[in-house]
Amino acid sequence: MVTAEAEPRVLTGQHFMNGDIAFAEGALAAGCTFFAGYPITPSTEVAERLSRRLPKLGGVYVQMEDELASIAAVLGGSWSGAKAMTATSGPGFTLMMENFGLGVMTETPCVIIDVQRGGPSTGLPTLVSQADVMQAKWGSHGDYEPIAFAPASPQEMFDLAISAFNAAERFRMPVFVMADELVGHMTERVTIPSEDRVSIVNRKRVPAGSEDRLFYAADEDLVPPMPIAGEGHAFHVTGLTHDERGYPAGDPLVHDRLVRRLTHKVQIHEKELTQVEELMTEDAEVVVVAYGAMSRSARQAVMVARERGIKAGMFRPITLWPFPFRKLRGLANQVNRFVVAEMNLGQIAREVERHLRRPATWVTHAGGKMIPPEEVLLALQETAR
Amino acid sequence: MRQEIQLAGFGGQGIILAGFVLGRAASIYDGKEAVFTQSYGPEARGGACAAEVVISDGPIDYPLVTRPDLVVCMSQEAYSKYGVALADGAELIIDSDLVEAGSNGIKRLPAMRLATDLGNRMAANVVMLGFLASVTGVVSREALEQSVRETVKPRLLELNMSALKTGFEYGLSESSANQQKAAT
Repeated sequence: MVTAEAEPRVLTGQHFMNGDIAFAEGALAAGCTFFAGYPITPSTEVAERLSRRLPKLGGVYVQMEDELASIAAVLGGSWSGAKAMTATSGPGFTLMMENFGLGVMTETPCVIIDVQRGGPSTGLPTLVSQADVMQAKWGSHGDYEPIAFAPASPQEMFDLAISAFNAAERFRMPVFVMADELVGHMTERVTIPSEDRVSIVNRKRVPAGSEDRLFYAADEDLVPPMPIAGEGHAFHVTGLTHDERGYPAGDPLVHDRLVRRLTHKVQIHEKELTQVEELMTEDAEVVVVAYGAMSRSARQAVMVARERGIKAGMFRPITLWPFPFRKLRGLANQVNRFVVAEMNLGQIAREVERHLRRPATWVTHAGGKMIPPEEVLLALQETAR
Repeated sequence: MRQEIQLAGFGGQGIILAGFVLGRAASIYDGKEAVFTQSYGPEARGGACAAEVVISDGPIDYPLVTRPDLVVCMSQEAYSKYGVALADGAELIIDSDLVEAGSNGIKRLPAMRLATDLGNRMAANVVMLGFLASVTGVVSREALEQSVRETVKPRLLELNMSALKTGFEYGLSESSANQQKAAT
């Protein structure tokens, strides 16, 4: 299918591209070969780019009838062995929540990017927000421990697309990228490395011809190898609570064991999973917690605060879920005063307070615009006092 | 140094493309940092439309324009919105055929007319970029040429390179005329 003249899968070099397109390129670099989705602003450019690129690379792009079908097709694509993804925004993210849960229960690797816009409902289709971050944590029913990344630049859209696919494959589960309209639509330099410099993780597979039938018996890392459709394995995939053979088992003991394993497989790897950036925290007396595009406003506020003699710093979760609470608590050993700045009405602020066991200053806005550096600066000044 | 540039006009003039070309020139070919953002709404041909470019020697934290150092207006509506209340020291460039504006310190060129003379008024945006480069120096001519070459469709390359040259040279002759005026 792929001819010698075909365009390269990894567009090595320097590009001036927007975050959505950079994400699509990161997905391709990570080995994504299947996209199913339903275009929605402000994520449409991800789908648009992949609709042009995937067919030329021997991959598959399917535009589905809606978001429910989209995520269902992504799960199916993954069981066929493909690295699969979809792209959406708030209203579509909501529609995907049920089958996201199916992906968790059936341990199906895939990537879902939510380029956040103002909500609830159709809200502000073209304007920025970060108000879906708790939906990523709790949006589907039942207990689970999600993985979610929060990119702050087009470069990170590329880089974290790769991290997201690697985490999905490594832990056999759907992984979120919680981007926002601003980071999706802003255009900046993106450096794409050569193909051999992209580190790729592939799922553990049940070897073809294996006689093993305990397809849901986990290894020591709590992740079971995955059988792939079409390789001769007779396996069963269900959203019902299942035993290690994959058969439904309405047994509280089996259920507890299964759901604990699904959450523990993320929790025990929290250290490996959580990425944070700390800016000038070494001697800081007040620290602002900010993530995604909002961190760029907070960063500027920290710079100006320093010029004015305030010992300010920033703690930026790059991994939002699991929340990097150990790193935050470590920082809280030396810093008493915290500000949280986010484009929602305090979703991560509550999480920060919960882990710190003390109040923080909230700088919040329901969305539609990025909170300007001046407002964060004011909060830093007042909190430092 | 951080420089904030606002490009504004009406939908269909290539304002967004001009912002992209300018940002790409600065970021990829001049080796600076640049962020390009655009007004993102249901703009149709003829409606108001704006592009923002921040260019800096160092990393760019806040990516949006808050107090533009340079405003380019290619429509009267854009001038009323962005060109009137400028901060001290900010520069204003207008298409002199499309915008009526007060006289002091405004840089002007008939970009649309010059592009029409070249055979396609759609190239007015690139005429404007050439002029902007020569009168402000915010981006180099070479970087702009590279950026245009990488951005426009091959069949429109020749037209756009002429447009860039026309705008740049118009700017050079303007500034030498001003220097002569200042000398006398």
